Amino acid sequence: MTATRASLASRDPALLPRLAITVVALLLLWPGLELAEFDPAALFDSRGLATLGSFVGSFLPPDLSPAFLRLVAEATLQTLAMATAGVFLAAVLAFPAALVASRALSISRIGPGRGYWLGEAVRLPVRWLLILLRSIPEIVWALLFVRAVGLGPAAGVLAIAINYAGMLGKVYFEIFESGDTRPARAILEAGGGRLAAFGYGIFPVALPELMSYSVYRWECAVRASVVMGFVGAGGLGQQMDLSMKMLAGGEVATILVVFFLLVLLADAVSAVLRRAVA
Amino acid sequence: MSRRPPPVLGVAPWLVLAFMAVAVTASFWYLALDLSGLLSGEGLAQMLRFAGGFFPPELAPGFLARIGQGTLETLAISAIGTLLAAFAGLALAVPAAGRLGGWARVPTRLLLNVLRSIPEVVWAALMVLAAGLGPFAGTLALALHTAGVLGRLFAETLENAPQEPTEALRHAGSPPLAAFCYGTLPVVMPQLLSYTLYRWENNIRMATVLGVVGAGGLGQMLFVSLSLFKQDEAATVLGAMLLIVGLVDLLSAVLRRGLARSGA
Repeated sequence: MTATRASLASRDPALLPRLAITVVALLLLWPGLELAEFDPAALFDSRGLATLGSFVGSFLPPDLSPAFLRLVAEATLQTLAMATAGVFLAAVLAFPAALVASRALSISRIGPGRGYWLGEAVRLPVRWLLILLRSIPEIVWALLFVRAVGLGPAAGVLAIAINYAGMLGKVYFEIFESGDTRPARAILEAGGGRLAAFGYGIFPVALPELMSYSVYRWECAVRASVVMGFVGAGGLGQQMDLSMKMLAGGEVATILVVFFLLVLLADAVSAVLRRAVA
Repeated sequence: MSRRPPPVLGVAPWLVLAFMAVAVTASFWYLALDLSGLLSGEGLAQMLRFAGGFFPPELAPGFLARIGQGTLETLAISAIGTLLAAFAGLALAVPAAGRLGGWARVPTRLLLNVLRSIPEVVWAALMVLAAGLGPFAGTLALALHTAGVLGRLFAETLENAPQEPTEALRHAGSPPLAAFCYGTLPVVMPQLLSYTLYRWENNIRMATVLGVVGAGGLGQMLFVSLSLFKQDEAATVLGAMLLIVGLVDLLSAVLRRGLARSGA
């Protein structure tokens, strides 16, 4: 009697439901394991792990020969230049798109106006276009542009420009709409043109925020341009891809360290710039 | 007497603008980009020809079946990768939160930082070396990067969780593992689950593109199609990618709204 009570007390009351959930989850995941060709044994059987081991082992010492360092320095500058040029082009594309897509300058919204649906018919396609541009990830854009314009940084710049135009455009028009729109509205109601309403009513208020967000995107672009190099779009990533394919661990180690430093630098620069703007 | 309006921008923003102008000019100069050549005549015609190759998309039933297979593969990569990452993350979070004594904290935190700061694509390129081309490499890559992200988030959750229930169990003579499982885990579980689901959402998006470095799923199909100059097939793959990302966004928005309403 006491023994069964003790065994009852030491038993987990929630055991059965937990077991049931685990079994159901395993059953659901089983086909997933098949699909993902999940096979740790292959990792240990084949020479794959040995290859990776000797490759990672060769990370030390990092390659610090002057010739390679010069190569890495050039790739680093290229990465920075790609990010800067790409974000600039993205902003150039995004600004007019945001002007069109924004509802902040809609005259027909002020009063019982005609032409509201006409305005929406122009705005919505632009918004959809922006969604399309940002829904395809930058690495896929890079892959496409590498096929279109060839290997090298031009593909990376275009990929950043197109992808980030979608993101910047959306954020720009949201900034236009979320700020204080009363000055612009006052100008419009007094009969001023839309350009004047934008230039005097919206732009001055929005400018710091526009700059701040663009700088933040530049920081993201530095990180992204490293990744895009893996599909051949220039910069540090392409150099890392090359070194990996040659199993030159020391070179990869150097590039990884430079990549971390570059990301830290971009973080710091972006923080300083954004504080100056705010 | 006319009064000047206050300046729109202070001195510092003007300096920032000037700095940006210099940086942009220097970048274009350094890259020696020939955008005019790209956007005029021959270059533009070539781009248009390339873009024209995407239409009409390949919609043969056989190819659509392969797209379906690739989509399932992508979902499997993200699910298994996230699950592995959740277990590894929890295993690393316990020492990183200082639950196994102070000495283990710093090295595990360092490990988590390294796992997290190497991008998924770089992990994938490394794992392709170890496991060969295919979805397994993608699964491992996602698992490694996500383990770093989740490990850090889990560690923060564990640090903020109340210690008293676990200590009470320990004082009552329970072994450490059981005390953790019954004293801490139930308290933090909802938070851990929500972090894991959030990363899964991210990973579905990432798994669709990881394949471009050879790690399986739709990305690898896209890469292969483009390499064989079958742009019509690539268009279908791109459509499937957009569909997945759109559905995931929609689903997560709906779920979030539902959860917020039930919570409020």
